[in-house]
Amino acid sequence: MLLKKKNLLKELKHFTINFGPQHPAAHGVLRLILELDGEVVLRADPHIGLLHRGTEKLIESKTYLQALPYFDRLDYVSMMAQEHTYSLAVEKLLALKIPRRAQVIRVIFLEITRLLNHLLAVGCHAMDVGAMTPFLWAFEEREKLMEFYERVSGARMHAAYIRPGGVSQDLPLGFLDDLYIFCSQFSLRLDEIEEMLTHNIIWKERLVDIGVVSAKKALDWGFSGVMLRGSGFPWDLRKVTPYEIYGEIDFNIPVGSSGDCYDRYLIRVEEMRQSLNIINQTLKLCVEGPIKTTNYKITSSPRIEMKNSMEAVISHFKYYSEGTVLPYGETYMFTEAPKGEFGVYLISNNSEKPYRCKIKAPGFGHLQALNTMSQGHMIADVVTIIGTQDIVFGEVDR
Amino acid sequence: MKFKNLFPFLSYLKSNNENILVVDSKHLLFSINFLKLHLGSQYNLLTCISGVDFLNNLYRFSVVYELISMVYNSRLRVKVYLQETDYIKSIVNVFVNANWWEREIWDLYGIYFQNHPDLRRILTDYGFEGYPLRKDFPTSGYVELSYDESKKRVILKPVSLSQEYRVFSFETSW
Repeated sequence: MLLKKKNLLKELKHFTINFGPQHPAAHGVLRLILELDGEVVLRADPHIGLLHRGTEKLIESKTYLQALPYFDRLDYVSMMAQEHTYSLAVEKLLALKIPRRAQVIRVIFLEITRLLNHLLAVGCHAMDVGAMTPFLWAFEEREKLMEFYERVSGARMHAAYIRPGGVSQDLPLGFLDDLYIFCSQFSLRLDEIEEMLTHNIIWKERLVDIGVVSAKKALDWGFSGVMLRGSGFPWDLRKVTPYEIYGEIDFNIPVGSSGDCYDRYLIRVEEMRQSLNIINQTLKLCVEGPIKTTNYKITSSPRIEMKNSMEAVISHFKYYSEGTVLPYGETYMFTEAPKGEFGVYLISNNSEKPYRCKIKAPGFGHLQALNTMSQGHMIADVVTIIGTQDIVFGEVDR
Repeated sequence: MKFKNLFPFLSYLKSNNENILVVDSKHLLFSINFLKLHLGSQYNLLTCISGVDFLNNLYRFSVVYELISMVYNSRLRVKVYLQETDYIKSIVNVFVNANWWEREIWDLYGIYFQNHPDLRRILTDYGFEGYPLRKDFPTSGYVELSYDESKKRVILKPVSLSQEYRVFSFETSW
């Protein structure tokens, strides 16, 4: 009798499913092992590394200039922000100051990059959750922004524009006028996107109170960027440790209160408006002058000089073949990339190649919190949480 | 530095305006915990952990912790030097986000973290062998993947470069 009763007891078994690596909502190649109780997530175990290219190893066998384009390819939606961090690290080891015009151009492009990234983040997040239209509108704007990239560097995405010592080329004629025209219409486009989403009942039902990160949790998990600000910390590296000309620019840091996905969405939209504000201010600060240092050991000598100066030809050849020699030293340089704190830990050993270049990618830190953020939520909310973390696998896997 | 008497560290230096603290690996856990909780430091955000390989040194590896104190708006780098066969204590109990950073170092450098809850490889392929970021690991690796037409699956075979691997590290003639 007892035995029979035991057999009658139903055994509950948790369901383990494999999510990805090829899933449109996985933002690339994320493989998740999800343990489910019905539709509720008990445990999420991200398997990363499917896009691992060994960037850090490759950089060790390249000169400082050759290493730069790898940074475009890390987080391939915020390219220049990473070039910039690397350039800052090299400049710090060289104790180099760059001309003011270069700094202004950098800030303009950093904010363009922020717009590029947040448009994709909000657009793709909306599409993951089910709203197709904002995605298409956001990509139209992205196309315009990538045209600015193209005009200045020749490449739509992998620009290799911000280089140690300044920027690679000067702005083309009429660039700032066109940027101004873009800025004057962009906030309307942003309004349209917000009209579709901010008070949309479906959008709110999918985002409010999903993936809540308390302030303590955000600290424990070492969050940065929007993820940290969403939980109520007014921590923006552009404000707390200003670099380039951010110290002179007046802008606000949007901060969330509840730390859910909806707050982070609002912060991203507001950050785009602040970026517009910053671009508008920098347009006024754009002064005439050189766009890179005149130390031809660190930058290439201009083509005009090479026509009638032997020294310029020699330094040009040495710069592109041998590279720049950095003295012994180490630095950890960090900037506020659109996704969070992007850091480069660079060790130089008095040669033309970096001894060690550790890349601190914000996405790597955020993704490891996916487990705690998605526990107790439905499986559909995992997609929302991946979207709100703004994961890009180029930087997570490196 | 005013913490000299409060906890054991080997040396403190400032380079490029960055604070660097070298700690003995025995005292790492205590030091990190102290720096996190002490009211005068409050380094309560761990940004990243990186490994470095100094191939020919007696203390071959160094593990570098980047800490932020939001209260004082300050950053600190805590370094630990390890011999090749040394292991290090995991700090997951102090900072939960050390988990993946330590896994990454274990994966790429082969430094063992004691008491780590889940020390699996993270970035490299399933079944990968070797520690790719060590200086004695070749950039081209040892094996390559290809699709085998007869076996109808992807196979591993020793790497064969169709062109000689070129290293442009000649002595500078200038």
